[in-house]
Amino acid sequence: MLAPRLEIKHVTKRYPSVVANDDVSLLVAPGEIHAVLGENGAGKSTLMKIIYGATQPDAGEVWFDGQRAHIKNPQEARARGISMVFQHFSLFETLTVAENIWLGLDKSFSLTTVRERIAQKAVEYGLELEADRPVHSLSIGERQRVEIVRALLTDPKVLILDEPTSVLTPQAVERLFAVLRKLAATGCSILYISHKLDEIRSLCTACTVLRGGKVTGIVDPRAESNASLSRLMIGAEPPTLVHRDVVLGDVALTVRGLTLASDQPFGTALSDVSMQIRAGEIVGIAGVSGNGQQELLAVLSGESTRAPLGSVTLFGADVSQQNPRARRAQGLHFVPEERLGRGAVPSLSLAQNTLLTRAATLVGKPPVAWIAPPRTAAMASDIIARFSVKAGGAQASAKSLSGGNLQKYIVGREISAMPKVLVVAQPTWGVDVGAAAQIRAELLKLRDAGCALVVVSEELDELFELCDRLHVIAKGKLSPTIATRDASIEKIGEWMSGLWTPEVADAQA
Amino acid sequence: MLKLEARPNPSKLWGFASPLLALVITVLIGTVIFMAMGKAPLTALSMFFWEPIKSSYALSELAVKATPLLIIALGLSVCFRSNVWNIGAEGQFVFGAICAAGVALMADATTSRWIVLAVLIAGVLGGMAWAGIAALLRDRFNANEILTSLMLVYIAVFLLTYLVSGPWKDPNGFNFPQSKTFEKVTQIPRLLDGTRMSIGLLIALAGVGALWVYLFRTFSGFQLQVGGLAPLAARYGGFSSRKALWTALMISGGAAGLAGALEVAGPVGQLTPYIPVGYGFAAIIVAFVGRLHPVGIVFAAILMSMFYIGGELAQSRLRLSKSLTGVLQGLLLFTLLACDTLIAYRVRWQR
Amino acid sequence: MNEIALLVAATFNAGTVLAIAALGLLINEKAGIVNLGAEGMMLCAAVAGFAAVVYTGNDWVGFLAGMGAGALMAAAFGVMVIWLNTNQYATGLALSLFGAGLSAFVGVGYVQAKLPPRGDYSIPFLSDIPFLGTALFKQHPLAYFALILMAAIVYFLFKSRAGLVLRSVGESPESAHALGYPVRRIRLLAVIFGGAMCGLAGAYLSVIYTPLWVQGMVAGKGWIALALTTFATWRPARVLLGAYLFGGVTMVQLALQSRGVAVSEQLLSMTPYIATIVVLALISRNPAWIRVNMPQSLGKPFYPGG
Repeated sequence: MLAPRLEIKHVTKRYPSVVANDDVSLLVAPGEIHAVLGENGAGKSTLMKIIYGATQPDAGEVWFDGQRAHIKNPQEARARGISMVFQHFSLFETLTVAENIWLGLDKSFSLTTVRERIAQKAVEYGLELEADRPVHSLSIGERQRVEIVRALLTDPKVLILDEPTSVLTPQAVERLFAVLRKLAATGCSILYISHKLDEIRSLCTACTVLRGGKVTGIVDPRAESNASLSRLMIGAEPPTLVHRDVVLGDVALTVRGLTLASDQPFGTALSDVSMQIRAGEIVGIAGVSGNGQQELLAVLSGESTRAPLGSVTLFGADVSQQNPRARRAQGLHFVPEERLGRGAVPSLSLAQNTLLTRAATLVGKPPVAWIAPPRTAAMASDIIARFSVKAGGAQASAKSLSGGNLQKYIVGREISAMPKVLVVAQPTWGVDVGAAAQIRAELLKLRDAGCALVVVSEELDELFELCDRLHVIAKGKLSPTIATRDASIEKIGEWMSGLWTPEVADAQA
Repeated sequence: MLKLEARPNPSKLWGFASPLLALVITVLIGTVIFMAMGKAPLTALSMFFWEPIKSSYALSELAVKATPLLIIALGLSVCFRSNVWNIGAEGQFVFGAICAAGVALMADATTSRWIVLAVLIAGVLGGMAWAGIAALLRDRFNANEILTSLMLVYIAVFLLTYLVSGPWKDPNGFNFPQSKTFEKVTQIPRLLDGTRMSIGLLIALAGVGALWVYLFRTFSGFQLQVGGLAPLAARYGGFSSRKALWTALMISGGAAGLAGALEVAGPVGQLTPYIPVGYGFAAIIVAFVGRLHPVGIVFAAILMSMFYIGGELAQSRLRLSKSLTGVLQGLLLFTLLACDTLIAYRVRWQR
Repeated sequence: MNEIALLVAATFNAGTVLAIAALGLLINEKAGIVNLGAEGMMLCAAVAGFAAVVYTGNDWVGFLAGMGAGALMAAAFGVMVIWLNTNQYATGLALSLFGAGLSAFVGVGYVQAKLPPRGDYSIPFLSDIPFLGTALFKQHPLAYFALILMAAIVYFLFKSRAGLVLRSVGESPESAHALGYPVRRIRLLAVIFGGAMCGLAGAYLSVIYTPLWVQGMVAGKGWIALALTTFATWRPARVLLGAYLFGGVTMVQLALQSRGVAVSEQLLSMTPYIATIVVLALISRNPAWIRVNMPQSLGKPFYPGG
């Protein structure tokens, strides 16, 4: 038998507050597609950083092709044939595709050679790219192609992919898998980091499971079920949600024929977006990120007040140009995608952070709106208790909380305002499974209490689990709505590429 | 190798200790400078840290210098907390002084004592107007307030020299570029006979209390600070960034203008080209050394005032240039910023 | 006619100070760092350069001394903002305040000092061309250096791989770090280069342009140079153009003063500062335009996490 391509022996890595990797071992054979499975915070990323030389282990060894390797930095990793495709792409928006790829290669190439080799790989793997387009004009899928081509051009022996499918349409996932299988057939080992069980079972030939920084299992995923993998990953089977029948109420939030240019440098313009949400239902908006979600959310929440008059109405009242405070006063609350720095001020306490959205009930009336610290602290304590947030009390700073707990706090803060309309972006992004289940259950409870909810998410599984109806957003356009029970992953996946009308289909072909 | 490691929570201890450590380092560097200039370090240091506090008169002079620094720095702390980089307080100070002088020059021997109030209000409005230009340019044209507010300093100073060498020049002033001496009634009331301390000190101390309440007990103050700490969170909360910009610049401009009025109608008593002595810039240092906290700023203003007096004494008694003050002030801010690293990070020795 | 040629020559000369400083600052801004200490660095460099010429009698030693002073101060600034993660604005401001104080303190002894007689820099033959000779070919070599510097920076930034790496660092330090580039070292080098060029500009000011030392003599040129990079939307050729434009404003204003125009000299002296504000407002009016052109990480801290 051949020597293993990559072997990790008893690696431990400690950070001030957490042991990210605790005696982790990993064995990868040449040409193997090896999954590293674990939920957020299980230590997958730290392990990959160690392999890629971005950080050094406190203890343990890395062996490469049968020899002990001390990989001090990413250049050295690349020189040995270890390449990585990052979850948050390491691309430069204003530079061209060729320049981006050039930056990831050795100095020895000229830009002209790089262009030629991009064209070569494009033919070989079916990864078309226009070398001279600036990256900011590319879709997410195209950007990932840039990352992959960049990795391929280093002729890798090991290719690491970190959650590569979280941003892709189901069809694009299939195309990616085809590329990876082809690459593996040439003898390249692939380390596939994910928390998506179906994907791992269909793609990978081996799987190492991490939980809390420790290895909890080394299995052949093809011989496992989702339930058995899930047990290894979280120690339990995923909780199921109770879905009651919809009791529809009045029309709560309406968007009518909204067309709006983005105010961001490389943003997406909204084009003729119309939707209507009624009390008592959850409407999901699926789509690959960067297709206008940010712009739509800003218009719904009031963070952007540039929408033309009459385009956004809340219970019949025109709120198009009202700011978030004014909309909140009429019952519309919003949970943004970023928690630190947007949903909460990192350096302020949880008590002070209540003032961000709950001032109406907390501060006095003008002329001077006084702040009463005991009242903010009391509200924070209530939220902490009611939503079982793990925090060092109301005076703990927002940034001292883990991602999951801060999200529980923010969602809790908005839910306890008893909103009539709640707009939520990426409710469980980067949140551990337990907290995610809790947040989803709370959202359903809110729906049953007669609130109208809009959930924008990139996770199709989540949308199918939560929502009563779905829309898809693609290139700033909103699809027609479809009841979740009539929808299939395939159909939504097609829609995510903008293919919901013949006219758009022609443009694509 | 020394390595910085992020602390899970910012260190409270270093929040207080960092300015002290910065002061110690500054003093050490100062000592080296004194020795290099061939002066006895202890004698030189006593000019800065003992002479200004050794008698009640010395203390009163310390207060005279600390008052404008305190007032300006209180205003600037609002700006810096809301991430509005007004570095042109010197210009707002000068324009406040010009406006105050304009009112004071209208007085004659028969004017009521209440003119003082008008003088002060003119100063405040003048400072606000000057800061308002920067606010307007930022609000309407998105022009960076750092650069505009600083350019406005130069413009204010040229305007001042124009006025005192032209329209407002004292006809009986032996052709010196300065206005006539203001009427006695415009003089800011003194606190104690035999000192130069004025009611400005009381205004400053009242400002300390008012600012504390504004920052930590009003929703308006909270909104302003969120805008500084996390602009996206402020937008999410629905807090207007325009309102924050205007509020911050009006408060700091008004404060700087008030300081200008107190200075021109107080210790100086006429409009001269020597009104700008750098208080507006020194107050930036005061604001940072005082942790942008009203109480901290009091101590920082006293310290900076010691630097001013020490510099003057070192010039008259030790023949050291008084620009040494500027060196030490700059050093203090520089070392403070470096020491502040210890609040968020701890230093570890690695391998 | 000759008067206009002289005015062009003076504009060229005055623009050189701004051009060299602003081109230097352009490099550190392209790497993502704003150094508000430009004014302070130029002041200290002006003293250092002037003093060096007083002692050695050699202008070039003066330029080197100025560059050294600027580079040293920039390095201190760079270490603080890049390694200690201090706020770029506050630290730059501290550098400016410190530089103003230090230059005044050190410069006391040089206020009355005189430099050896200034040379004649006319280029043979070319300077004899009517009009153009006077307007363009009687400048100090550094005035032509500014042109070469601009061309070199254009080549570096947009044609060389090193320049691409520098731009990538200013674009997204996180991505550059992930690819294994030494982001902090690159940024430090860029900051030092910016400081050295500010230093050269400061020394040119006190050794060639004025030539004498007066406290605070930079008189806001450091700040105007900072504004120039924004005016020029971070394009080297436009920086150069902007520098000459501002040199021109200063010179026309001085020419008017010397002709005894019926406006007070103090009011005329305001014009460069007013012009800066006006142009800044006009250029910044479209925020999208600025944001698209600005290095995306400009002014933002970067600390590579463990």
